[in-house]
Amino acid sequence: MSFSDLSPLESAPGPQIRAVHDEFHGDLLEVSMGPHHPSTHGVFRMNVTLDGETVVRLKPVFGYLHRNHEKIGENASYLGSMPYTDRLDYLCSMTNNWAYALAVERLSGQGVPERAEYLRVILAELTRLLNHTCLAGFLLQDCGASGTPLMYAFREREKILDLFEALSGSRMMCNFQRFGGCRTDAPPEWLDAARELADGYGAFLDEFEELLTGNEILMARTQGIGRLPAKLAVSAGVTGPMLRAAGVGYDLRKVDGYGVYPRFEFRVPLGAHGDTYDRYMVRVLEMRESIKILQQALRTLPRGPIIDPKARLRGFRAKPGEVYSRIEGPKGEIGFFLVSEGGPNPYRYRVRPPSFINLTILEDLCVGHSIADTVVILGSIDIVLGEVDR
Amino acid sequence: METPDQIRDRLLARFPGAAVAVVANPGPAAQHSLLVGGAHGRAIAEFLRDDPALRLDFCSNATGVDWLDREVTDVASTTVPDPAGGPAKVVEQKTKRLQPGYLEVVYHLFSMELRHGPVILRMRTGNRSDKVTLPSLTPVWRSCEFQEREVFDLYGVVFSGHPDLRRILMWDEFKDHPMRKDYAEPDDYEWEPTPHGDVLAKAKLHYPAAEPAAAAPKEEPKP
Repeated sequence: MSFSDLSPLESAPGPQIRAVHDEFHGDLLEVSMGPHHPSTHGVFRMNVTLDGETVVRLKPVFGYLHRNHEKIGENASYLGSMPYTDRLDYLCSMTNNWAYALAVERLSGQGVPERAEYLRVILAELTRLLNHTCLAGFLLQDCGASGTPLMYAFREREKILDLFEALSGSRMMCNFQRFGGCRTDAPPEWLDAARELADGYGAFLDEFEELLTGNEILMARTQGIGRLPAKLAVSAGVTGPMLRAAGVGYDLRKVDGYGVYPRFEFRVPLGAHGDTYDRYMVRVLEMRESIKILQQALRTLPRGPIIDPKARLRGFRAKPGEVYSRIEGPKGEIGFFLVSEGGPNPYRYRVRPPSFINLTILEDLCVGHSIADTVVILGSIDIVLGEVDR
Repeated sequence: METPDQIRDRLLARFPGAAVAVVANPGPAAQHSLLVGGAHGRAIAEFLRDDPALRLDFCSNATGVDWLDREVTDVASTTVPDPAGGPAKVVEQKTKRLQPGYLEVVYHLFSMELRHGPVILRMRTGNRSDKVTLPSLTPVWRSCEFQEREVFDLYGVVFSGHPDLRRILMWDEFKDHPMRKDYAEPDDYEWEPTPHGDVLAKAKLHYPAAEPAAAAPKEEPKP
């Protein structure tokens, strides 16, 4: 659809309950699905009202992992929150770190050396590969393909985690970005290993796609399921691959052009139907673009310092002011809103969590589909409860 | 994109009598924001969304900020001429006043269609205790639905016109608003009301035989 069809934007009405009480229909059945259901990717609950097997109402319930991350961020120093951002979306700690470091840099007017910018792009694209590979594996697991696709995905994820471990010392909780650069430099051996991985990843994707993309069962389970209209997606603030699967070309790497992304050539894949299959397909295509960015960045990585020598880390104080800064994380727009009063810790520290906001339209997607499809739709939204609950 | 001052002027022309002001951001980011009175909040939000030059169709972030009562020092300087004919003296007079606290809701708006932003919209409550109602912008941008619930939950701002205003992260029985600056943590998070105090007394009324007198707990119920 063309973009002009989207306006004027209206908020979509909430789904209506179809309460039918005649001789052909029984009573509506309320099911509390979760919080320990294996398909909910963590501790997440859905209060589902069913008419037979069809969902007529769905209310997500979460907060089981809530630890008031934002309050802790307000009481910790600026640097002290950096390792804590790893725990938001624990699959994508590198992009969480970058989003937070970028927000603090914009708050204080701090610059970043070239080499660090390139390294950030490399790590963010590796994170995107990792996240989308896992998501595809989990989605197939949710469809009932027990084991095989997930294990293939995890095999590749392990290779990326090895790279992260070699560079930062930790597989998942990387704590790698700093205000004004990165923590450590990447040695030539690491860059060779990253190059090897980037060059080999296309072959894995070919194999993965051969197994899945044309698979009849996957197509039957996902095509036409959980359609998200573009108008609703924009109004509901859906971002990331979910938004682009709905046909809206809005990628912050292109729109904001933060970091050194404008120097790389890549395309933004868009979906045509906005259904679950498109959400799977957009992610696979995004991985192919990520490989291109990785190869370009690894080829043109400049020499130089990894962190601004004048950057202050431990005694860091920002001037009074505020900033909202966002980047394109693998799950969508991850933003940080910081208010500084000049003290050693932020007065207000707010995370804009992409998967929390993407959940807003879960009910709209699921109503009218069967309870088994709910599981697949939730899998395609790609949530991580560490970030939803914060 | 228009500057916040230009948007303010257009808003004032469009909504006579509305309270619109620009809040300057002194930091290097220089993201200035529009402070809007609650009475016209919803209408202004709709205008910002539908205006062809702005088309702010995407409300990315909605959140709250808690500002406590604070003492503000106003400095008024007056120039006093020297009667002896020397250079004039500048006399500074400092007056302290109490600025009452308030809760603030901040919306970061972008346009997906025209690819610009952010325009920052702020609304403030009258105080932090009983005048905490603000209009909900969920009917304008659906993305505010969960985020306003979060602000209601953690800050205690009541959004009028929200379709489903419930707690979202804390449990429904929870009493306070933990993101407020003066929030005091409870003594014991693990305390459950089941086997203690009032609940136990009530249970005895129902099951007098099942509860022998010797088994009654001696410890005081915790608040």
